[in-house]
Amino acid sequence: MSAVWPHLPALQVVLPLIGAFLAGFLRRGRTAFALALVVSWIMPFISAAMLRQVLASGPISYHLGGWEPPWGIEYRVDVLNAFVLVLVSAIGAVMVPFARRSVAFEVQDWRQAWFYCMYLLCLAGLLGIAITGDAFNAFVFLEISSLSTYVLIALGPDRRALLAAFQYLIMGTIGATFYVIGIGLLYLLTGTLNMVDMADRLPQAWPSQAQTVVAALAFVTVGVSLKLALFPLHVWLPNAYAYAPSWVTAFLSATATKVAIYLLIRFYFSVFGVAIDVNALPISEIIIALSLAAMFIASAIAVFETNVKRMLAYSSVAQIGYITLGIGLANQAGLTGGLVHIVNHALMKAALFLALGAIFLRAGTVTLDGLAGIGRRMPLTMAAFTIAGFGLVGTPGTAGFVSKWYLAVGALDKGWWVLVFLIVASSLITLIYVGRVLEVAYLREPAPEIAQADDPPLTMLLPLLALAAAIVYFGFETQWTAGIASTAAKVLVEGLR
Amino acid sequence: MATLTSLAQHYNYVITIFLMMTGLYIVVARANMVKKLVGLSIFQTSVYLLYIEPGKIIGGTAPIINPAFSLYSNPLPHVLILTAIVVGVATLALGLALVVRINEAYGTVEEEEIFERDRAA
Repeated sequence: MSAVWPHLPALQVVLPLIGAFLAGFLRRGRTAFALALVVSWIMPFISAAMLRQVLASGPISYHLGGWEPPWGIEYRVDVLNAFVLVLVSAIGAVMVPFARRSVAFEVQDWRQAWFYCMYLLCLAGLLGIAITGDAFNAFVFLEISSLSTYVLIALGPDRRALLAAFQYLIMGTIGATFYVIGIGLLYLLTGTLNMVDMADRLPQAWPSQAQTVVAALAFVTVGVSLKLALFPLHVWLPNAYAYAPSWVTAFLSATATKVAIYLLIRFYFSVFGVAIDVNALPISEIIIALSLAAMFIASAIAVFETNVKRMLAYSSVAQIGYITLGIGLANQAGLTGGLVHIVNHALMKAALFLALGAIFLRAGTVTLDGLAGIGRRMPLTMAAFTIAGFGLVGTPGTAGFVSKWYLAVGALDKGWWVLVFLIVASSLITLIYVGRVLEVAYLREPAPEIAQADDPPLTMLLPLLALAAAIVYFGFETQWTAGIASTAAKVLVEGLR
Repeated sequence: MATLTSLAQHYNYVITIFLMMTGLYIVVARANMVKKLVGLSIFQTSVYLLYIEPGKIIGGTAPIINPAFSLYSNPLPHVLILTAIVVGVATLALGLALVVRINEAYGTVEEEEIFERDRAA
């Protein structure tokens, strides 16, 4: 064990990578699933061990291949990315048992082994982005996760899934290329790709070469914002989420956008924030304006959507707005709220989309009309959906309330009470679309088509109920979410110049 | 005049940015999916140039330790771009594979016609 211990950061990425390789060779979906299950359940233990170590004794720096940074690639784990690693790996582990039945229902037999291969590859990419301290390495992992994501989306049962995957491929590649251009400019300025080293050397270029620094900042921002679906760069998201297999939608909404948000935070606070005078630039204002636009416009579109999967996809765009609002506020409470919302939104959207996956398995539809009376046929599934829905609104007693509370405090710290009003107002729009679904599901008479529908098998029900329980638990017990997020936010905000 | 001279002296960057914009324009303006991918490839390729050009120093040699040489070219951009080329090839291959599947499912690779067929269905 002691021989393995120092190599935990590498294992976090290498294990799913090897798992993906092996899953590609396994022709049978069942064996590939078993492999994915084992790998996914090892991941949270590794990340939790790293989080423990980081909280106890400060950042871990792992030198890949024994090469000293800044020449070699460094895996650097501090509180912020240990937090993100635990989130991604834990969500993956909780969700994987659900995949077996759902994927068997939605994906053809001979493609199932490939499905798990792509899932493991995507997991490796996402964990890689979160763990690496090297800007170019992050690009490679970004593309590993993106390419496997395109395949996962294209495996959706409808032919429109292919179109959605293609459109995402175009947008995603433009985003990744913008990111590389930004990194290229930073490399020209500093001669390094290591993020810590970059932050050390960037002040030499500021303000003498301010133009290039600002261009690099803009390219990185736009590139990463395309991946995290910041309004108005979100246009790929609704179709991709609506037509992907149910399980993929749940997994992506809980992890992929969150990891991209992490990357943006890393660049804003750990690279640009410490190196240059970011307050001289209108970044904060732009991010807050776009976040507010997302919160209101995307929520308003969600209200009128009749396909519930698409409705929740637009809701994701709106909820990402809350997270970026926390980034824009850039003070202790605001950033804590943003970081906590990364976790809380991941839990809520995973629960909501898994519930839809279960409904699709039993009722064969996810349109609003098709859900009529489903609450009486699938009581436990809809109970989980209801809890997550109220979490989305931000009802006290759910996790969603905690993040919105911190955001509101962050806004008040800046003296922007109008913003507090806007946060509450946008939550009310959320209540409208969540309420529409609940009204249809509970108050209407069940259609004859779903007379036979009942709650899904235990392997699907347990992940769903576990997520719902977590949403309530983290609504009361905030030590593991807000506590750690606040520690991470403190480091980031104090580092700002 | 000074701007023009400066542009002429940095003609390689002018070419890079021209290629970048050409690629991006094709992606946006063309509805044919294969052409979109061609544009995307041009866009990505221009970034390879953006990295490699500054690494080359006129008169610089390969970075080998030898007292006879003191001027070296930077080898790192080449290594980075080797990786980026692999990523670009994988993206193009996956994109074309998707286009093949779309053509099988819809019978066309023109975006307008695909939207029409989805509306009709």
